[in-house]
Amino acid sequence: MDGGSRRGSRQGMDPIVRRVGFVTPGTEPEIPLQQVVLNGPGQSSPAPVIIPPRPIIASSTLSQEINSKTTAALKTVTVDALKNANIEASRVSEDLTLSSSFGGSDRSGGEAVSEVPASLSTVTTMVRQVSIASASVPAGGFAGPSVGLTPAPIAASVSEKAAIGGVKEKPKTTRAERKAIQEAQRAAKAAAQGGGKAPSVKGSVAGGGDEKKGGGKPAEPKTPKATPRREGSLAGSEKKPPVPAVRMQFDDKDRVAKATKKNIVEQTETKNRVELFRHLPQYVHGSQLPSAEAKFFRVQEPGHPHPAVYQVGLRYLTGDIVGANARCVAMLLAFAEMIRDYSTPPQKTLVRDLTAKINSHVQFLTTCRPHAVSMGNAIKLLKTRILKLPGHFTEAEAKKSLIEDIDKFIQEKIVFADKVIVDHAVEKIREGDVVLTHGHSHVVEKILEAAHARGKNFRVVVVDSRPRLEGKALLRRLLQKGLKCTYTHVNGLCYIMQEVDRVFLGAATVLANGVVVSRAGSAATAMVAHAYSVPVLICCETYKFHERVQLDSICSNELGNPEALVDVPGRKELTELQGWDKNDNLQLLNLTYDAMPADYVAMIITELGLIPPTSVPVILREYRKESNALELL
Amino acid sequence: MAVRWQAQGQPAVTDEWLSQAANSRHPPEERPSVRAHRLTGDLRDTRETANMSVVEDFDYWRGKPDLAVAVAAIKALTAVIKRSKATTMMGLEIELKRASEELKEREKSSISLAAGCELFLRFVTRTSALEHEDINAGKERLIERGEQFSEISIKARQTISKVGADFVRDGCTILTHGVSRVVVSLLKLAASQGKHFSVICPEGRPDGKGIQTARELTAVGIPVTLILDTGVAYVMERVDMVLCGAEGVVESGGIINNLGTYQIAVVARAFNKPVYVAAESYKFARLYPLDQRDLPYDPKPVTFAEPLPPNMKVDNPSRDYTPPSCLTLLFTDLGVLTPSAVSDELIQLYL
Repeated sequence: MDGGSRRGSRQGMDPIVRRVGFVTPGTEPEIPLQQVVLNGPGQSSPAPVIIPPRPIIASSTLSQEINSKTTAALKTVTVDALKNANIEASRVSEDLTLSSSFGGSDRSGGEAVSEVPASLSTVTTMVRQVSIASASVPAGGFAGPSVGLTPAPIAASVSEKAAIGGVKEKPKTTRAERKAIQEAQRAAKAAAQGGGKAPSVKGSVAGGGDEKKGGGKPAEPKTPKATPRREGSLAGSEKKPPVPAVRMQFDDKDRVAKATKKNIVEQTETKNRVELFRHLPQYVHGSQLPSAEAKFFRVQEPGHPHPAVYQVGLRYLTGDIVGANARCVAMLLAFAEMIRDYSTPPQKTLVRDLTAKINSHVQFLTTCRPHAVSMGNAIKLLKTRILKLPGHFTEAEAKKSLIEDIDKFIQEKIVFADKVIVDHAVEKIREGDVVLTHGHSHVVEKILEAAHARGKNFRVVVVDSRPRLEGKALLRRLLQKGLKCTYTHVNGLCYIMQEVDRVFLGAATVLANGVVVSRAGSAATAMVAHAYSVPVLICCETYKFHERVQLDSICSNELGNPEALVDVPGRKELTELQGWDKNDNLQLLNLTYDAMPADYVAMIITELGLIPPTSVPVILREYRKESNALELL
Repeated sequence: MAVRWQAQGQPAVTDEWLSQAANSRHPPEERPSVRAHRLTGDLRDTRETANMSVVEDFDYWRGKPDLAVAVAAIKALTAVIKRSKATTMMGLEIELKRASEELKEREKSSISLAAGCELFLRFVTRTSALEHEDINAGKERLIERGEQFSEISIKARQTISKVGADFVRDGCTILTHGVSRVVVSLLKLAASQGKHFSVICPEGRPDGKGIQTARELTAVGIPVTLILDTGVAYVMERVDMVLCGAEGVVESGGIINNLGTYQIAVVARAFNKPVYVAAESYKFARLYPLDQRDLPYDPKPVTFAEPLPPNMKVDNPSRDYTPPSCLTLLFTDLGVLTPSAVSDELIQLYL
């Protein structure tokens, strides 16, 4: 795996504050000296810990240090596994992490016997994970530990594992040797902790990225981190707290590799990516389309998306369908089509199979283009509807009700909502006003047209921004309708803002803290408007509201095609950026969205009325109440 | 978000009132004045004939010194229900809607009136959803509620006084603006609690509302300094808090009040002084002005000591809009709210 080297070094630098900003890749930090290299196949990941000597085979009895023993045993397993050259590097590293978390568990278990049961259960869960992981390891990849030594629950799962791999007798150890191993491990751990590695609870608290980053780390350095992580998994299996789904972090090679395996559309990542935005997918544009098109007619293949969905996916890919509403409607219509053609396979239930099917379709759409919040909310609704289908429904009835639900969603939440928003917003345009808008929001377009149709006399300033220049389409349509327009680019904002009375903007989503995520450039527009005390009105249907809180536009965004920045229309002589991907010192960043703080927003116009940005949580709460009530019915 | 003073778990304004109405139906010892007032009201209602128009009715109630505009409006609308010959709740609703339009037409720019009408209509809709089959029961319920409204309004005022008086500290200086029944009752309550504080009243050109407030407060022994409206910034450095009433509280959490409130709030913000607003929850209006021009324009006549040259324009709008960013807290009968909580209440009421 080519990602190995980067991952490895990232781990080395992980405890240090992550570098942010536009850092050139390639200047990898030095690997700390104290690290002893544990070489996996093709992996040069550093492990700043002394690996205990290989245990010498000897017979022993089941002692109270079960915990440490299993650790040792598993360590052997993984060390053995490491020696096995035919295992994928990623798998190994994953197993290593698991074993390292055992290392963490014996810290307490080895000292107090009373704690053994607790940590035992942990061990069991972990072992279960190991066995899951090893299920996909090629045969012969695993050497099982001696079954006789492990306590019953572990034995069960471990033996499964042993059955998968070529069974190799686990070397038995004497008590003295085990003690030695334990001591060594403790020493190692102490060294690891003493070596300036503060226990990072981050892994479980900060969620997402960190936890997964842990996936590829080799053994011992992770011990402090492993403990919270294990607890997290324990809590997860027992209580299942409502943890929001973790977004894919694209700087996590492991996960990306796993995810891309399932992908139908081939994505090639671009080389020169901006450091700060590595967690976002950045593909070479144009590379996916031919392969995707070629696969269009392989409908018969299992797991191939429904043609309607496939078509929508391709249109996302080509940029044919843009805008949160348009994409959401297109997706929903395609799903309706899919449900219409759906028939439950034998020995499967509609509820489960259809949900799985929708999941795989959503995944396909996401590979075409990361999905918008609007789509996420619609998908969530569709899935709850599927789950809440009355048990006595026949397949035809179920399909009919689902299609009706989809239709209702589109009509109520989008079409009708837009009408109401237009009605509300038109009231806010006064005679003689100068209204400014940025980009091309369809709702704003409707508002301006409606205000014009109602005989209001006002002027529109369309602010546009490179590279999409979406404002031109809006401008054309407004001019066709006979509105008075001014067209300018973001560069002219400060100048033009002096004469503006109102700013109308659309939104991709509005978050719980009032932050509005919108087309890149909108935040700048809002900021300038705020500076000139011009009220900024956001037009957004409530189905686009989201519980998430976001403070910047970095952690969640979408990277557009960097190639779009290269050419300047009408300026053929500007060739400085040609061949930018050959230059390691140059990255291009084409962000799609940005986040404007609630302070800059005077009002959000929704179908439920005019609300201040501070009231988004109220709407979310009421809306949830409403949907809960519906579900109870 | 909202610091709830009353933890009754009743989110909507209407529910709040309903419970208050229920409580006041069997009062342990009724305030005699109120009862007398209600009696006269009842007497009048029995006297009145079917040919009274809603506007005349409103004007009658408006003449009462103790009644707020919204209360008068609701009284007038209740009379409409009494006269109504509608046979369905739907018909009654339409009739009421027409009457409230008439009222709003009568005093076009009054936010409080509009809010009162809208609130009552909202209650009617909710009742008709409740009692859709029996018009008489519905009517009775509405009338009962309308009757008790003035009482509820007085109760709300008491609640606000109680909540807000805690914010008045010993030895503090309070800047008020205009005349507000709630503010006066709040300050009186604080004074009766033995707190020593002084009040600064801007004069309130041209109708001298500040002088009216000053007079009322001096009567109960609160030291008052009367200043010119132009002297607000001058006194602000020794002011501890600004306290004013509101004609309407809008969805953004800002307030609409008589002219000069905004400038006082701006000066107070510049000095980092808290601005408190005392307002009953029936003044919460479904309005969302973005700037001053969004308000209904309603200039008042103004006289000048010197004769003005001809062709000189004189502009004296009667009210201004104070955005929520200039306000600190709102004292309402729902509790002490931050400006952002207003929209919460409004959404729950009208959603």
